[in-house]
Amino acid sequence: MKLTLKIWRQEGPRAEGRFESYEVPNVNEEMSFLEMLDGLNERLVEDGQEPITFDSDCREGICGTCGITIDGKPHGPWPGAATCQLHMRAFSDGDVITLEPWRAAGFPVMKDLMVDRTAFDTIVEAGGYISVDTGAAPDANEIPVPKPVADAAMDAAACIGCGACVAACPNSAAQLFTSAKLAHLNLLPQGQAERFRRTEDMVETMETFFGSCTNYGFCQEACPKEIPIDFIALMNRDYLKAKLKNRKLAGRQG
Amino acid sequence: MSTVTLNAHAPTGPIADRWDEHRFSVKLVNPNNRRKFTVLVVGTGLAGAAAAASLAQLGYQVKVFTFHDSPRRAHSIAAQGGINAAKNYKNDGDSIHRLFYDTIKGGDFRARESNVYRLAQVSVNIIDQCVAQGVPFAREYGGLLDNRSFGGAQVSRTFYARGQTGQQLLLGAYQALMQQVGLGRVEMHTKTEMLDVVTKDGQACGIVVRDLATGEITSFNGHAVLLCTGGYSNAFYLSTNAMNCNATAAWRAHKRGAAFANPCYTQIHPTCIPANDEFQSKLTLMSESLRNDGRIWVPKSPDDTRPPHQIPEDERDYYLERIYPSFGNLAPRDVSSRAAKRMVDAGHGIGPLQNGVYLDFADAIGRLGEQVVKERYGNLFDMYQRITDENPYQVPMRIYPAPHYTMGGLWVDYNLQTTVPGLYALGEANFSDHGANRLGASALMQGLADGYFVIPTTISDGLAPLLGSPPVPLDDPVFAQTEQEVRDDISRWLSVGGTRSVDHYHRELGKIVWDYCGMGRNRTGLEKALSEIPALRAEFETNVRVTGRADEVNQNLEKVQRVADFFELGELMCRDALHREESCGGHFREEYQTDEGEAQRNDEDFCYVGAWEWKGPDTPQALHREPLEFEYVQLTQRSYK
Ligand SMILES: Cc1cc2nc3c(=O)[nH]c(=O)nc-3n(C[C@H](O)[C@H](O)[C@H](O)COP(=O)(O)OP(=O)(O)OC[C@H]3O[C@@H](n4cnc5c(N)ncnc54)[C@H](O)[C@@H]3O)c2cc1C
Repeated sequence: MKLTLKIWRQEGPRAEGRFESYEVPNVNEEMSFLEMLDGLNERLVEDGQEPITFDSDCREGICGTCGITIDGKPHGPWPGAATCQLHMRAFSDGDVITLEPWRAAGFPVMKDLMVDRTAFDTIVEAGGYISVDTGAAPDANEIPVPKPVADAAMDAAACIGCGACVAACPNSAAQLFTSAKLAHLNLLPQGQAERFRRTEDMVETMETFFGSCTNYGFCQEACPKEIPIDFIALMNRDYLKAKLKNRKLAGRQG
Repeated sequence: MSTVTLNAHAPTGPIADRWDEHRFSVKLVNPNNRRKFTVLVVGTGLAGAAAAASLAQLGYQVKVFTFHDSPRRAHSIAAQGGINAAKNYKNDGDSIHRLFYDTIKGGDFRARESNVYRLAQVSVNIIDQCVAQGVPFAREYGGLLDNRSFGGAQVSRTFYARGQTGQQLLLGAYQALMQQVGLGRVEMHTKTEMLDVVTKDGQACGIVVRDLATGEITSFNGHAVLLCTGGYSNAFYLSTNAMNCNATAAWRAHKRGAAFANPCYTQIHPTCIPANDEFQSKLTLMSESLRNDGRIWVPKSPDDTRPPHQIPEDERDYYLERIYPSFGNLAPRDVSSRAAKRMVDAGHGIGPLQNGVYLDFADAIGRLGEQVVKERYGNLFDMYQRITDENPYQVPMRIYPAPHYTMGGLWVDYNLQTTVPGLYALGEANFSDHGANRLGASALMQGLADGYFVIPTTISDGLAPLLGSPPVPLDDPVFAQTEQEVRDDISRWLSVGGTRSVDHYHRELGKIVWDYCGMGRNRTGLEKALSEIPALRAEFETNVRVTGRADEVNQNLEKVQRVADFFELGELMCRDALHREESCGGHFREEYQTDEGEAQRNDEDFCYVGAWEWKGPDTPQALHREPLEFEYVQLTQRSYK
């Protein structure tokens, strides 16, 4: 098939961006979307033009590196798939496809389709861990975890940190990402000791980078791991409790 | 003159006590002095993240570098199947000694006994550590940990988190690392690529890096440098590794004096989705865990083109079960891959390009029901279907071997130090524990063993004598000089102005390495490769085209340097394969096989680690040998029958 791509080109973080059109003939439907772009880039280079900068690495939907907004949808038309998992059989001959980077103030564009997602690391740094220095752990089976709890924690832990949730949200909110990490750790028995402090610290760090959640639910739709928004409710409940709890503690200390 | 001496510093005495004895004998740095030492950690996969977090917890000043935009994206994230540990929670006869033995035998008796025993010992601590961090391993209904089996073992010792074990283990290590960043004990440099090691008087004293956002070249100094930079399977171009995996860090270290060991020991994984066409950018692994329940077969008659369900049971050849009745579909990787190759070469290949074999779940679905199969492998089945547009619950998967893991790497001693003092290598970047073939679920184990438990103990042996001496200052000429070499290299690539893309040359190189140094190797082919690679490299150096500038995001510039290193490494892989006139593990020299087509070792002449010393750009590397001695296992012809 033959396609037309309208691609966002932006030379650097401070440059003005614009759309440019590219014709791509001979697209095979077995190709992945990114292989189609690889082919275009090879041609551009050999013609002496600047190739399109986009991020990708594992190409099997687990590293979270890739992310292109395709026709307005983060990661494109397939539900439950990252950009790298999208194949060209999702498109037909003659299609005009628009490619943009994640659009969110918290994710500044670095070049073309590549954005800076450091803010996510900063949220994890604020509390997304269980404190246990190497060597200090008890025997693994001394901490039994009921299977349903382990399964729910795993559902949340499946987040790949790609940022599609933020890109999909009209408010550029990062509630789904943050709540998934919180649910993973807060559901497990090992995570209880730091539960409320963790919640408070992560939520407040999140708020310094990202917008607020007004329950659109687009994040869940865009998530390549189909992480449910239920985790956001859990986070909100814990956050409220954290606020109350800490006030009590503060009173006691005073 | 040779600067390389291979002293393994491997302890002697009863094997079970060696690690204890060693821990007692290493020099220590007292807690108050640790902050006086700076350690540079390159790479944030399992090995790097675990090491950096643990060293920071101990009180060292740690600086971390990764070319990824976040430490969580290291290739370890993609590991699917699981991690081994000798917990014996299943009461099925496992023990530290058995894991040790399985690993030595699985590696075809080409690994160091002391190291492998230590690996088996600390494997149990790894699981404890990960569970405490909140890694959501699979559980049984009673709440205790579940296990599965992996190839090359007859016990169930593999811990897993659905099909995302690497992801969960890496997130555990990454979170521990980010905690240390928050505490100010780790300085994190993402999107920063190490391009050289700086040495002074033969000792590593720092690194030169390029900021991938701005192109700026700078140096960092420290008392020790840890390379945790992963493997080199992408020398084959098509592999199961992530697109950006590369050998540059290890290779540049090699060119600064670190010996490179056993480069020809590469692992071709038996169960990957077969290649489709020219435009293919990488190959996708289907976890080995699938072989727990899937049965591998091909049609008995060559060129049978009927769809699989029309081929009756008695016209199918379940060749692994037939040839290796006691291990069956769980035969080790090298053995299974070669068996698949033999079937396809003999015309039994299936699929549109006749380049695969079937991995069939019909029996498992009949026995366990679709729901159980879905629970065990659901995400892998989905992944397969997304790529191939075929439903593996209904039609058998098509699979074929693909480059996956590299056992070779930087030579290290028992302390994980390379032949350059102060320079260490951890994880897949070193050559240490898997000999000539790695068993499934043992790479994650080794990466975390190196990072969490080995280096935090052994590094003080190298640091303690440096107490009181600050790192070599950044205004020392060695830094300016190394930076200049890096800058010159970059300008050279940008000014070639040729006509072909970097990918073109990478693909062509990969074809040569795969054809002559892949699953089967022989003298004629290797000699051919050794003349074709330099010829292609000469063309690459004069005809490659790299657009853009040095002072901006420039992915082609990143790539061209990595591919240049793959050229040199690919050549060394072939030279190593040519010199090793025996077959062992993943290294299969067609001239050396048993009557049944299995690998035929030559212990008399080749029971050693082959470590190569860089001799300059136009001189072949020199070989050094570290003899391997076996006191606790008997060298036998490996059999999985
Ligand atoms: C698809 C797949 C599935 C696998 N499944 C399993 C499994 O189930 N069980 C198992 O045991 N093993 C498995 N393996 C193998 C295992 O995942 C790897 O061997 C292991 O994760 C390697 O870890 P590492 O820490 O050594 O390196 P990596 O995780 O590869 O990390 C390398 C790090 O180094 C950085 N880096 C590299 N070069 C530079 C440079 N020049 N400058 C700056 N940074 C640099 C990278 O950014 C990255 O952070 C699998 C491998 C693949 C490919």
